[in-house]
This record gives sequence, C-alpha cells and structure tokens, in this order.
Amino acid sequence: MTAAQVIFLITAVLTLGAGVYVVAARNLVHAALALIAAFFGVAVLFVLLQAGFLAAVQVVLYIGAIAILIIFAIMLTRRVMEDTGPQTNRQWWLAGIIALVLFGAIVFSLRLVPALQGVTAAAQPIPTDTIEKLGFAFVDPNQYLLPFELASVLLLVALIGSIVISADRK
Amino acid sequence: MDVGTLISNPVVAIREWLAQLLSNLGLAPQAADVILMILGILVIASVSLILPLFLIWFERRVVARMQDRIGPNRVGPQGLLQTIADAVKLLIKEDITPIGADKLVYNLAPILSVIAVISMWAVIPYAATMVGTTLNVGALYLVSVGSLGTLAIMMGGWSSNNKYALLGAFRTVAQLVSYEAPLLLSLLVPVILARSMDLNTIVRAQNVWFIVAAPIAALIFFVTSVAEVGRTPFDLLEAESEIVAGFHIEYTGMKFGMFFVAEFLHAFTVGALTAVLFLGGWRGPGAEQAPILGVGYFMLKAFAGYFVVILMRSALPRIRIDHMLDLNWKFLVPLALAVIVFTVLGDKVIGEAGITSPWARSGLLFLVNLVLAGLVYAVLSGAARRQRAEEAAGQAHDGQGALAEAAAHGEAGPHAAPAH
Repeated sequence: MTAAQVIFLITAVLTLGAGVYVVAARNLVHAALALIAAFFGVAVLFVLLQAGFLAAVQVVLYIGAIAILIIFAIMLTRRVMEDTGPQTNRQWWLAGIIALVLFGAIVFSLRLVPALQGVTAAAQPIPTDTIEKLGFAFVDPNQYLLPFELASVLLLVALIGSIVISADRK
Repeated sequence: MDVGTLISNPVVAIREWLAQLLSNLGLAPQAADVILMILGILVIASVSLILPLFLIWFERRVVARMQDRIGPNRVGPQGLLQTIADAVKLLIKEDITPIGADKLVYNLAPILSVIAVISMWAVIPYAATMVGTTLNVGALYLVSVGSLGTLAIMMGGWSSNNKYALLGAFRTVAQLVSYEAPLLLSLLVPVILARSMDLNTIVRAQNVWFIVAAPIAALIFFVTSVAEVGRTPFDLLEAESEIVAGFHIEYTGMKFGMFFVAEFLHAFTVGALTAVLFLGGWRGPGAEQAPILGVGYFMLKAFAGYFVVILMRSALPRIRIDHMLDLNWKFLVPLALAVIVFTVLGDKVIGEAGITSPWARSGLLFLVNLVLAGLVYAVLSGAARRQRAEEAAGQAHDGQGALAEAAAHGEAGPHAAPAH
C-alpha cells in the first residue's frame, strides 16, 4: 500500500464518519461543524486526485461561504433547535434496504465501465495546465460556454430576486 | 559542501546536504522526500510561531511611541524578552472552561485559528528558491485557508456560552464574510497581470512592482486584509468598550494566547502578502543570484506593510458597524469590480497595441487607474453634494416647522427658532 492509499483510506473514513454524524447529531451546530469536516475531507480527496483548483474552490465556497452561513443561521438558535424527538420512524429498515441496493447498483455499474478497470494513478499522467484548460473550456463556444453563461445568469437572477424581496418599499 | 552556496542559498544547500545524508543512510528517495517535507513543515511552522514573539514587542513599542509613551523596556535589552515573560505568565494561568460551554468546540477554536494563519505561510515565497510549496492555485489557497480563521472565531464565540462572545461572533460574520468579497476581487488583479495564481510566478512577473500598475487594487487589498484580521479601525469583533472582548472573552491562559498569536501573525501576514502581491516580494538587486538577499528584501517589505498596519491601529478610531458595511458593499465591492474591468480592458488594449516594455505597460495601467480614481471621485463628490443638499433642505424645513409651531404658541420671533 502506498502513502497515497493510506491517506485516501483515512480521509475516506473520516469524511464518511463526519457525513453520518451530520444526520445523526442532535445538536445542530455540531451537525454543521461535522458537515464542514466532511467538506474538508472531500477537498483532501480532490488534492489526492491532483485537482488542486477544485480543492481550493471546495474550501472557499463550501466551507468559506455556505457552511459559515448555515452556522450563522443556526447560531441564533442556541437552545431552541435542540432536537429531542426520535430520530427514526418505523420505516427505517426499508430505507436502509433501498440505500444498500442503490449502493450495490452503483458499485456494480462502476465495475462495468471499461475505463475504470485496472487504472492506477501512475498509468495516467496528469497534465499540469489543468486550470488553463478548465478556463478555456468555460469560454469556448464548442464546449461549456452556454451552460457556464446560463449558470451565471441564473445566479444573477437569484441575486436580484433576493434584493427585490428584502428591499423595503417606500 | 560549497561555502559560498551555503551562505547565499542556505535552505536549498542544507536541503541537498540532508537529502544526500539520508540517501547515504540507505533510505529510499521517496521516504527521504517525506522526511524532508516534514522537516520543512516544522521549520516554517516554528519560524512563523516564533515570529510573533518579536512582532508583539515591536508593535507595543511602536504604538507606545505613537501615544507618547515608552512601552515595554525592562525585560532584556530594550524589552525584547517581554513577550517571553508574558507567554510564561499565560502558560501558568488557570485554564477555565465556562459552565455550559461546548467543550470540544471551545477547545478546538483557538487551535483552528492558529492553523489557519500558519497554513498561509506554506505558499509564501521567501526568496527565489525558498518556497514552502509551489501551488498553481496559491492565491486561491490563501483565501480558502483564511476562511478557516473566520470559522475559528465563530466557533469560539458560539461555544463560550456568553452573550458578548456570541455578539462578537455575529459581528465576525457581518465583517469577515463581507470583506472577503472585495479581498478576492482585488486579489484577482495581480493574478490577471501575472497570468498565474502561483505566488512565486506573481513575484517573478513583477519587473515593475504591481503597485504601479494596480494602485487601487493594492489599496483595496490592504484595507480589506486589515478588516479580515479584525484590527483597528475594523476591530468590531472584539470592541472592548462595547462587547468587552468579543469572541475570546471567556478564554484564559494559553488558549487566549493562541488567538492573540494568530492575530499578530495574521497582521504581519497582511504585510507579507501585500509585499508578495504588489511590492515585488523578494525582488531586489542581486536577489536572483543570492536568495538570502531576497529573504532580506522580502522581510523589509513585509515589515513596511506591517508598520502601516500598526500606524493605522494607533491612529484611527473604530469604525461604526453600519459605516463598516456601507464602506464594503457600496464602495469597495463596486470599486473592485470596476478595477478588474478596467485592468482587463487596459491590459488587453496595451497588449494588442504591441507595447511590451514593462515600464510602459505599468505606466499606461497606472494612467487607467488614475482615470478610474477620477471617475470614483466625481461620483462620490456628486453623491455627497446631493446628500448635503437634501440634509440642508430637510433642516430648512424643520426650522420652518419649528417657527410655525412657536408662532402658534404665541412666541413668535426669530429668536425662538431652535438652532439645529
């Protein structure tokens, strides 16, 4: 086992553990902090895949913006949001079975993808100019220009909409 | 080992010597690499943690001078050892955890705040050959680990079970998250000019310091960085006179010390980053040949930036919270966006015109910045004039109303009008 594999296993266990804690925790702030830990684990996985840009963006957006806003919202409710009710209902076993079947289906179909069979990290050298390629892909009409611009317009609409909703009319 | 290399380029020389030593010991090159990396981490982390011992003394002396005092001068020569005495005092203090505090989060917060600042030092180029790690997304990495500091402050404020701490944490969100927007935008300008996010490439691209080509971006970066540290005039997170000490009110001993160290180191990091991004980093005469000189230039520039941070701290009063938000959203963010548009267009036009001399390019971009500054001045002075006119009209109206009221009460006369 190489060092990268050891790091991957540790990260994967921590990320999944944090993910389980997000839904299992009774304290909302703890759940949010665990969510941040999970996000961070995903960022580490990106680093292991040599995708430094995605890792940095993951931390900036998901931890720096989204998670902090979530925490800000629930910090206001220190005692109120403490969950005291039961965390499962009678159908938990059904949900568990469906989740397991889905997981099995994903694993099975991934094994069928020929490109993933027998791939090792060394087999495919990673180009060093991935950011440049990503940048050009976003502004190239033949690639992702339209989705990229559509997403920008959608975000702009959301931005203006929130301003319109929150502005006090005189 | 060549003595000349050892003197002019010590880190690389020692690194090669150690690598040689380890391979002679029979270690695999990969294992030797891991050991060298861990050593590098230890060196950078230790240096950046020992640095605040000096920074705190330096800042206290400078602020004392500004306030016509002497400052600490008893422990050691010129009081240099004062901080060590303070650290010892902090270490032997009782470690208090308030009742109702969230223990895990409470203890994690100071550690995270130190981690966030030290992580920044991993990508800073100290000299041509001395970089912790070369990251092709260095600039983005800086912002991303900076946001961990915000998280640490919020965790500390929330877990302390103290309303002042919680208020401090709320202000943190209002301030730090808001100021991250113009910080990121102004960071884009040197990235655009250097065509790279790697900090060492940005330094190498500065044949002419970027402060010439992008003075407005440099100013925005500096101001927003100071706000990110939470220094006066942006010290609303800990405003002693309003919320006692803000997020770290309940912390004692070394846990408080860690917040303190993180703040001072972060303040110095602001100076260092300004130096790297806008003041040419390690560049200077002979820095390419003898990297040790580069470290000197870099430190000199970083301290110049840090000195300005200290001067701001001792000269300016605290900004009001609504002014703080107005300054960000109504001034810095639009200005940063405008700077990006102007820089991109200007740079493109200059490039198309075939001007390649760095001085000509920087000079033309400086002119572009001047035009933008003129526009901003015109807009702002117009807005201020309108506001004054409105206020004057409102006041005149009030005055007449008071007069009419006074007349109705039978106390007519100009003397009865209340002075506004």
